[in-house]
Amino acid sequence: MKTSGWLRLAAISGVFVLMFACAAGVVQGKELSGSLEIFSWWAGDEGPALEALVDLYGDMYPGVDVINATVTGGSGVNAKAVLKTRMLGGDPPDSFQVHAGQELIGTWVVAQRMEDLTWLYEEEGWDEIFPEDLLGLLSTEAGIWSVPVNIHRSNVLYYMPAHLEEWGVEVPKTWDEFLKIAPELAAIGVIPLSLGENWTATHLWESVALDVLGPDKYGDLWAGKLAWTSSEVVAVWNRFGDILNYTNADASSLSWQQATDMVVGGQAAFNIMGDWASGYMSTTLKVEPITGYGWAPSPGTEGIFMTLSDSFGLPVGCPNPDNTIAWLKMVGSLEGQDAFNPLKGSISARIDSDLSKYDAYLQSAAKDWRSSKIVGSLAHGVVANERFMNDFATVMDIFLASKDANAAANAAQAVAIQAGLVK
Amino acid sequence: MQSRRDWIAAAAILLPSIVLLGIFVYGFIGHSIRMSTTDWGQEAAMLLKPQINYIGMDNYRALFQGFLNIRFRQDLTNMFFFIILFVGLSLLAGLLLATLIEQLVWGEVFFRTVFLYPMSLSLVVTGTIWRWMLQPRGGINVLPTLLGLPAGQFLWLSSRAQILVFDWSNIVHYGALTLLVGLAVLCLGHWRRGEERKLYLKLPIFTGLFAVTVSGCFTDLKLLDYPEQHGFNVALWGIVAASVWQMSGYTMALYLAGLRTIPDELREAAKVDGASRMQIYRYVDLPLLKPITASAVVILGHIALKIFDLIFAMAGPDHYPTSVPAITMFLKTFRGNELAVGSSIGVMLLILVSLLIIPYLISSFRQGKG
Repeated sequence: MKTSGWLRLAAISGVFVLMFACAAGVVQGKELSGSLEIFSWWAGDEGPALEALVDLYGDMYPGVDVINATVTGGSGVNAKAVLKTRMLGGDPPDSFQVHAGQELIGTWVVAQRMEDLTWLYEEEGWDEIFPEDLLGLLSTEAGIWSVPVNIHRSNVLYYMPAHLEEWGVEVPKTWDEFLKIAPELAAIGVIPLSLGENWTATHLWESVALDVLGPDKYGDLWAGKLAWTSSEVVAVWNRFGDILNYTNADASSLSWQQATDMVVGGQAAFNIMGDWASGYMSTTLKVEPITGYGWAPSPGTEGIFMTLSDSFGLPVGCPNPDNTIAWLKMVGSLEGQDAFNPLKGSISARIDSDLSKYDAYLQSAAKDWRSSKIVGSLAHGVVANERFMNDFATVMDIFLASKDANAAANAAQAVAIQAGLVK
Repeated sequence: MQSRRDWIAAAAILLPSIVLLGIFVYGFIGHSIRMSTTDWGQEAAMLLKPQINYIGMDNYRALFQGFLNIRFRQDLTNMFFFIILFVGLSLLAGLLLATLIEQLVWGEVFFRTVFLYPMSLSLVVTGTIWRWMLQPRGGINVLPTLLGLPAGQFLWLSSRAQILVFDWSNIVHYGALTLLVGLAVLCLGHWRRGEERKLYLKLPIFTGLFAVTVSGCFTDLKLLDYPEQHGFNVALWGIVAASVWQMSGYTMALYLAGLRTIPDELREAAKVDGASRMQIYRYVDLPLLKPITASAVVILGHIALKIFDLIFAMAGPDHYPTSVPAITMFLKTFRGNELAVGSSIGVMLLILVSLLIIPYLISSFRQGKG
């Protein structure tokens, strides 16, 4: 009887080995089948970039039927609502677009809905090829949670060199310089800094905070080591309030594109926006980089790259994990990144991407990406969870109405405590 | 036996809709109420099996008194002014249009269609169009320049100016004042019509409330420890304009139908008695239109309470001056992951709609019986 037991065990292990071999063969032999549902909010201008990725995947794995599930609506408010109802209903897509960092970690990783991708990073050698600062923003102590498909820069100051020459002003290197030239611009009827709706104010705020606090204390703020009520952070709000005095009164009914239009059209001198504004100006408005529009790091943030990134992860319990892993490998590969990013108007997160495929602005951004200190953006979900971001939008709107720095600092501290940023 | 078979047939036909309503309407209302008494929405809200603790009425208390829910309180204030302006102006515009169209000798069908047409648009489309028209640098503001006048400067949607500012901590006092005014109007009406029984029923309530209010009890009842300013945001005018444009055609159709049901004999009789056209309108037409006004108030009122898409399209989600509870509910639930807080805002909206609809249902039920 004993021998037959051993035999059985041997037979069973044989079957298991065979099964594993088959499974491995399927993954490596590129004979994937079934479907792959990719959930995103990339439509309109950003649609072609996603299409390029889907086409590339189709060439590599012809057996897989890619379902491109997009829910439109800028910055993904609607898509995120749909995703949440699907996830709560136990119907996760195979992979979904999500802002890398706390927007992913604070919602999905803490809820144990994502698989750890550390093994994939090791296998693909990504821990060498993505900058270390970026990996820190994507990870928790328990693992790495998503693969960044692109990198955008948030702290960019835009202007039109020809207009500045006409008005006789220089590009400000610090906010002090800006506040000095702003009254001169206002006196000749030019709005010194154009601004759009609520989130663009938060976008401006993070650049101001990065300057006033410096990168280390800015990081401390998100790690819960620096109180929102501290004099340093109150100083950020005060400085922000001073700058707001030189922005347009109708900001809250303008989109970011309209705020950019004001700079291009000469109604405003400067605008601080993420570098998707470069793509908007060169592609949609047909303004040439360097000769037509100019850019610089937002005042006081030279040598610092405030980043945000779209990424994809592996949801727990998704229907086709093998297909998803193949998708993630492609998204992180040199080929995938260089197919997507020139069309999206962003740069590759990899430090070995082929710069000849990118335009003048993106080449300069990629150079900075490889040499700068990297910090994460608040307005785009890298450093704070969704609960904080949601309530911070209200704090921001109250500040825009009241301009009361102490009240805003107190409210932000209360929000940070509620959202678990301050332990 | 025939009647029993009828009864079975009726039950069989009704059963599916009763079951579906029971699950998808009343079941989910019940679930929302249950969730609103929990703390669902703490750190790991999206767990497959989230940890949900019962916390009683804390969410509701926080909505009215919590430091961080100032936005909800401004939402309620916005809602209050929006309902009054939207319902009032829609009724006025609708009545005016209906009266004018009634007088027309020709072209009635044409004008009726023109005015009713906006209603066929989705609120998102209306919102997008009006957003363009109310751009501070374009649309309506540049219209005067066509006549050589200076361009308008009014910030239709982006103004942060507030008028009629009040202190939320005294809201109980203001609520009592509003109730007093309402009761006074009702009592006056009863007195003029000589309905003594109803008057004697309401007068003691009025006097009692009046005495308590004058004594200052309500001003001592502070909802907050600190003053918190809320008021009518001027930016709401843009929203009101768009929504009235959309719905006044509908009220016009209601009033037009009402005017049609007034028998000509009544007007002719009034004419024989020597009434002028204005007098016929004032003493024959308007009183007979009262039931139309009542149902229009209920329909428009609940549209106003549930308004979301129009404001979302016109001003975006994070525009505090024009925000309403439905928008904050959406953001809290689906962006901030605070599902319990979202549920409690939803329940508050349900209560507000019920306050409007239940009295109407009761009165029409009574009329049906009579």
